[in-house]
Amino acid sequence: MKDIFVSPGSEVNYEIAKKTTASFFIHALLILVSLTCLFPLWWAFASSLKTQQTVFTDLSFFPKHPHWENYAAAWTQADFGLYFLNSLIYTTAVVAGVLFIASLGAYAFSRLRFPGKNILFLVIISTMMIPIPGSFIALYVLLNKLHLINTRLGYILPQINGQLALGIFLLKTFFDDLPKELEDSARMDGCGRFRIYWNIALPLARPAIAVLAIFTILAVWNEYLLAMLVLGDKSLMPLQRGLMVFQGAHVTQYPLLMAGIVITVLPVLAVYLALQKYIIKGITTAAVQG
Amino acid sequence: MSYFKARKIIGDTIFILPAFLLFFTFSLYPFFKVFELSATDWDGISRSVQWVGLANFKDLLTENPTFWLSMRNAFYITFLALTAQNLAALFLAWLCDRDIKGGNVYRVIFYLPPVLSGIVVGLIWNWIYDGNYGLLNHFLSFIGLGDLSRAWLSNRKTALTAVAVIHMWKGFGWGFVILLAGLQSIPRELYEAARVDGANGWVVFKNITAPLMIPVFILVSILTILGTMQIFDIIIATTGGGPGYHTEVPITRIVSTMIASSQFGYACAMGVLFGLILLALSMIQIQVSKRVRQV
Amino acid sequence: MSYVCVRGFIILLFVVLVSGCGSLDKKDLNTVTVWHWMSDRESVFQALANRFENETHIKVKFELYAPSESYAQKVKAAAQTDTLPDIFAVLGEKRDLASFIKSGAVADLTGALNKPEDGGTWKSQFFEKALAVNEFLPDNEYGIKAGIYGVSIDVAAIQMLYNRKLYRKAGLDPDKPPQTWEEFLEHCKTLKENGIPCFVGYFGEIWAIDALASNYAMNLMGEDKYFKTFEGKVPYTDPDWVRVLSLFKELADERILVDGAVTMVSKSAEQTFANERAAYTFNGSWCVHVYKGMNPDLDYGAMLPPRLSKEHPMKVWGGGASSFVVNDQSFRRANAIQFLKWLTKEKQQSTLAAETENLPANKKSLGKLSKVLAEFADDIRYTTHPNVFPVHEDPEVTVALDKGIQSILIGEKTPEQIAQAVQRVKEKVMKKSHQGQP
Repeated sequence: MKDIFVSPGSEVNYEIAKKTTASFFIHALLILVSLTCLFPLWWAFASSLKTQQTVFTDLSFFPKHPHWENYAAAWTQADFGLYFLNSLIYTTAVVAGVLFIASLGAYAFSRLRFPGKNILFLVIISTMMIPIPGSFIALYVLLNKLHLINTRLGYILPQINGQLALGIFLLKTFFDDLPKELEDSARMDGCGRFRIYWNIALPLARPAIAVLAIFTILAVWNEYLLAMLVLGDKSLMPLQRGLMVFQGAHVTQYPLLMAGIVITVLPVLAVYLALQKYIIKGITTAAVQG
Repeated sequence: MSYFKARKIIGDTIFILPAFLLFFTFSLYPFFKVFELSATDWDGISRSVQWVGLANFKDLLTENPTFWLSMRNAFYITFLALTAQNLAALFLAWLCDRDIKGGNVYRVIFYLPPVLSGIVVGLIWNWIYDGNYGLLNHFLSFIGLGDLSRAWLSNRKTALTAVAVIHMWKGFGWGFVILLAGLQSIPRELYEAARVDGANGWVVFKNITAPLMIPVFILVSILTILGTMQIFDIIIATTGGGPGYHTEVPITRIVSTMIASSQFGYACAMGVLFGLILLALSMIQIQVSKRVRQV
Repeated sequence: MSYVCVRGFIILLFVVLVSGCGSLDKKDLNTVTVWHWMSDRESVFQALANRFENETHIKVKFELYAPSESYAQKVKAAAQTDTLPDIFAVLGEKRDLASFIKSGAVADLTGALNKPEDGGTWKSQFFEKALAVNEFLPDNEYGIKAGIYGVSIDVAAIQMLYNRKLYRKAGLDPDKPPQTWEEFLEHCKTLKENGIPCFVGYFGEIWAIDALASNYAMNLMGEDKYFKTFEGKVPYTDPDWVRVLSLFKELADERILVDGAVTMVSKSAEQTFANERAAYTFNGSWCVHVYKGMNPDLDYGAMLPPRLSKEHPMKVWGGGASSFVVNDQSFRRANAIQFLKWLTKEKQQSTLAAETENLPANKKSLGKLSKVLAEFADDIRYTTHPNVFPVHEDPEVTVALDKGIQSILIGEKTPEQIAQAVQRVKEKVMKKSHQGQP
């Protein structure tokens, strides 16, 4: 190809043209996929502005008479103020716990030596596989023995444990591939293993940690089955309990439910947006290579 | 063993201790309880339990064709997810990994399906697949393929694939996020060096990106297998396992055995067997990938 | 991040966590706790609880656990640890209630219900059918002491509904819904000629199939023969059963059933009927509230499923719907019973019924019901329910039958094939239960 374009100037033009066409098609594709992802959210949003009668009959892109008051109604009826605070506490606690414990564990599995390492890794990972359907009764009995029923801790600890397998697996995968040279040189400088883990390994694994944080936040934010089992007091319940108000045994109040869903989804997206930059700024900006 | 060595091992063990403690409290006890119950005829309520030994497993292996049918369905969806869903996720992650305009926006948008509540997903897709007023049928008749239109979720030929498509649409965002993080971890210098050597996009991908990404591919594929084999919510929101047994999956069978027929012990046996199969699958995958890495 | 920061954070975390631990306060004798699952009644319940406290100084704490699957899980888990509340519900089938009674968690309310009071006994205020779901007759198959173990707070009937407006549009008389199966087929033909889709049901939820099939089985062969099938004395390959199964083949062959109804969940089917995209549906009396929300102008009536045979009456499922039981181990039992008694009084029942457009369990509260709801109330006399059957089919067989009907509806299997398949499951189950009793 290059032979045809003899003049250096036209080659540059060709390159630019090629780049532009390529990026046009890339964007066309990305936009197409984006539209399929956006459509349900938009539908939920548009539905949240309709009434129970028009929600399935008015198929307009945006309702002619938007009922913005649905949002106020959803907020008060679902008691979101209270639940938001609870969910914030649970999410912070579980995320902090998972990130700390899983990264310690993953680092140990990746770098350190201790007896029964391989077997223990397999056993922990295998808890991800077994979808213990009947375990809710056993868990309840256990929490009851530990006096953790109807407490925040009783809701937080099982959730940390629930995310550990995924967290250790994910972080170990990334730790395994990190260059060891920096850690070695730090060791020469007399740093202890905790210091090496904290100051060197963790910052390097930032993209993976951000991913784990994103997954954990979403899981905790959307959790309600465990909450129903463990918690009793309304004052301890998480956000999803609020959404239940709109879903009766038979009647579902769609506009209010959709408004509630939009309200609950926004924080997750905001946090994801914020954590994004850690996924982007990976190892390149840390500039540790070689 | 010298004092220093012992000290080192103890110090190393402390790293794993918190995970270990949580795991032993909250995973092991329920796990053994389920194992124990799988050898009983417990109904989930009574105080009295009758020991039945391996009878549940025997029945499951010899006289429960619907469980194996549900397993087959789950394998079918998993196969689609492993191939189509993950390739799509990888391709999109690869596109977003390049410095394109608005890359951030796409990254957020692709994560929307996993974030969306199951209720919305169920409503939307029931509407898309509806036999009479569905969007898909409208679209097909618009492009002149009206003959193909049908009630997608209750047609025995399309129901399972239709459910699989929903699952893949909802799930590709997970793989996308992990794969993107993996791609971002690859040092840019390697790409630049390759570009200086005049390698084109495919060569760069084949020789630099893919080998470095193998551990991440393994991670994503194992998570895909686990996530897809345990598919449940989407089925309940769309077909409930029907028509007939065409979209039944292991978890729907387990739950209906446990709740609808109150055979708690039997359901536990199903869970244990299902878990063992998943475990075996993952082990095979890890072994195979170890070989691949050594090559 | 520095060490100080981390340490500070961990301490903060502990403070937050520990502060949540003090919530297990001692509940006194005068606080009755109720676990319920009815999200849409949460606010009425709270209001009623306040009213009760004002009248009696007994505090009632309603705790909501929804959806119903989570609720059932919670109740089962709590039963294992003796942490059940004073009042709760057993969601499930009769044998689940029997298991709860056997484990000593449910109080026998027969005495309280039969105690003479001014204005008759507590029992006499209920619809006759309302309490039957919680009643165990003498010599029942579970070996439970005869008695009534729970009270219903509402009743329901599950039957067919037809759209009067679409009837008019098709030139049919909206006051004359089909009485017999032949008439039904004829009406469907007329509706189809006018471009109106006929029948939508949520047959993705297999209990709905079960209910309709059960209605027709009882109509065609009579209750006695129907129950004999459960006992294994009549095979599912009996011509009567094949006829029942072939009804579903007719629904499919004549394209009476709306495309896709075989996997529909209730929400989809309800939208279809509320938006006048089908002339008939099959639903419980709770649907009145659902349709009213979706389309207040929907003009429809309730009818019994069109009869197949004149020999036996057409019966539909129904009776007591939402029931509460009292924890036998609670030392607040007396207060709990007092509250349930109060909750099922005329005034409270009227409040509950009005708020959620349900049929009250107290017959004096019928008051002014909407026209459709009155039609449902009128048909309560035709109701029966698996929970009041003297014998029960094994759930495995029921599922095989319902799933088999789905296969017939999509034209995959014939009624004969399904009859044989179900019979095979039945024989397997019977063999197993014989082995279980050496």
